[in-house]
Amino acid sequence: MDCSPFWLLASFIRMIIDFQRFLASERPGWNELERMLVRLEAEPNARMTLEELQRFHELYERAAASLAKLTTFSFEPETRQYLESLIARAYGEIHETREKRRRIFPLRWFLQTLPQAFRRNIRAFYLSLAITLAGCAFGGFATAFDPDSRQVTMPFGHDQLRPSERVKQEETAAVDRLTGRKSTFSAFLMTHNIQVSIFTLALGMTWGVGTILMLFYNGIALGAISFDYVADGQAKFLMGWLMPHGVIEIPAILIAGQAGLLLALALVRAGKRARVGTRLRGVSRDVVTLSFGFGLLLVWAGLVEAFLSQYHEPVVPYDAKIAFGAIELVLLCLYLGKSGR
Amino acid sequence: MKASALVIKTPEGIVFSQTLAGPVTRLFAWFIDLMSIGIIVSALGTVLGELRVISVDVTAAVLTLGYFAISIGYGIFLEWAWRGQTIGKRLLSLRVVDAEGMRLQFDQIVTRNLLRSVDMLPAFYLVGGVVCWLSRKCQRLGDIAANTIVIRTPRVTEPDLDQLLAGKFNSLRQYPHLAARLRQRVSPGEASTALQALIRRDEFEPAARVELFEQLAGHFRAKVDFPPEATDGIADEQYIRNVVDVVYRRVSAAAERRESVAPGASPG
Repeated sequence: MDCSPFWLLASFIRMIIDFQRFLASERPGWNELERMLVRLEAEPNARMTLEELQRFHELYERAAASLAKLTTFSFEPETRQYLESLIARAYGEIHETREKRRRIFPLRWFLQTLPQAFRRNIRAFYLSLAITLAGCAFGGFATAFDPDSRQVTMPFGHDQLRPSERVKQEETAAVDRLTGRKSTFSAFLMTHNIQVSIFTLALGMTWGVGTILMLFYNGIALGAISFDYVADGQAKFLMGWLMPHGVIEIPAILIAGQAGLLLALALVRAGKRARVGTRLRGVSRDVVTLSFGFGLLLVWAGLVEAFLSQYHEPVVPYDAKIAFGAIELVLLCLYLGKSGR
Repeated sequence: MKASALVIKTPEGIVFSQTLAGPVTRLFAWFIDLMSIGIIVSALGTVLGELRVISVDVTAAVLTLGYFAISIGYGIFLEWAWRGQTIGKRLLSLRVVDAEGMRLQFDQIVTRNLLRSVDMLPAFYLVGGVVCWLSRKCQRLGDIAANTIVIRTPRVTEPDLDQLLAGKFNSLRQYPHLAARLRQRVSPGEASTALQALIRRDEFEPAARVELFEQLAGHFRAKVDFPPEATDGIADEQYIRNVVDVVYRRVSAAAERRESVAPGASPG
């Protein structure tokens, strides 16, 4: 092989000339690819024709080849950086296999997407339900065997008064204590419950430990209060008070737990057949669908709790409230179990 | 070991990298976002304040819901509309992207924003910050769940070399084979350092400026040995200008040949 100084000089000069030619011939293709990317990014719903797709793929491959060639020209950092960013953007468009989410149809989402996502992950829901029921049982037993535990098992306020005393107060109240602040109370309930539910979901990233604790704790409070009212002979009041909003609110929190447990299961099962990122990616869409679902349910529950649940006999008959709650529960079960099949 | 860049190898065998944003930069971006949320909420409060004459209760309820929707929806809406950026991220040139280089999905944006409630614990994103610090890809819990990363996207602009190099005669170009060798031997990092030194030359103290360019010139002189006629009488800073000119400026081969035979040109 000729390694004379003249040969080296000639090869260097050839390289410069080659580079100028290379830039002149490739730059129009890079510019075209960039224009296509800008259009794709600006219009996420746009669809390319087969010819456009083929052209896009060809331009991407040419740009990738250019980048490979450019690594031999170490003196061109800006061009290389530009090409790297171009290929990074095109790479995402070319190799993405997940379905592109097009326009959102709220009715279709409500009637199909949400109930289907719920049913697809029904085992996580059953697990969420079982944890809550275990908490209920624990709360009930704790109140039965150690009445002093009311101070720690019940939310503040409920431990201050016997159920029968509270029922008497509510039924003989001369004025509506929510007058002038029903909407504010309703908004507070919605935002508070949604925050708690999001927190329950997010704690799934603690390998589910946080989600399980939240569900169990909610179950304890529910079980303790329920046992307290039933033991004091106030079962009908309890059902009239809790059912109108509770049949929606409690399933909503269970769904938040279901979403949190999906995250946890993706973490726990990682490594068996897929990496953690792949597993989390697999459940991500359902987690988001379920989170919008529980948000929607909690908005309804907040309205019902402020405008109906807080009113008792003689203003609203208990039978009517219980019937209302029962109808809601049946509709919810039908919706989640049958809709979109 | 913690990586400062995410390197992705495509099936075509091409490798490209994305610079990861650190937790401190992200915290600053969050402060800006927090202030932005505060401004939006106070603007909402001012607008809704006018409705108090109609109903104080409804106004308070709308304000409560509005604050909640803005605090939750701010990140989701902006990251979706601006392809992974919020006001804070945009100002600090940060962007949320898919951790595997794919297209960022709406579900990923929602997931990473919903999980803020855990990352924020117990205060000031302590959990998120610690996880981010320990994570190889600098991800907080929300990023891990959503399979996203936050990268730095400094604006790549072509430097205004005509203004910087002031159109002076470059004695190094008289030797095209040595200029080509210089181009080949200078790495992108070295080229960028020389360029940055020239761009920011007026920010240095006079003594530091002299010392910096002396060191840089010594470094680049060792790369290629130009004949004394090309380098004698040139100040170190001018030598670096010439190097940057050779490395960055695209002069056509014909122009380079013309320059190399230019008669009576004094070195500069």
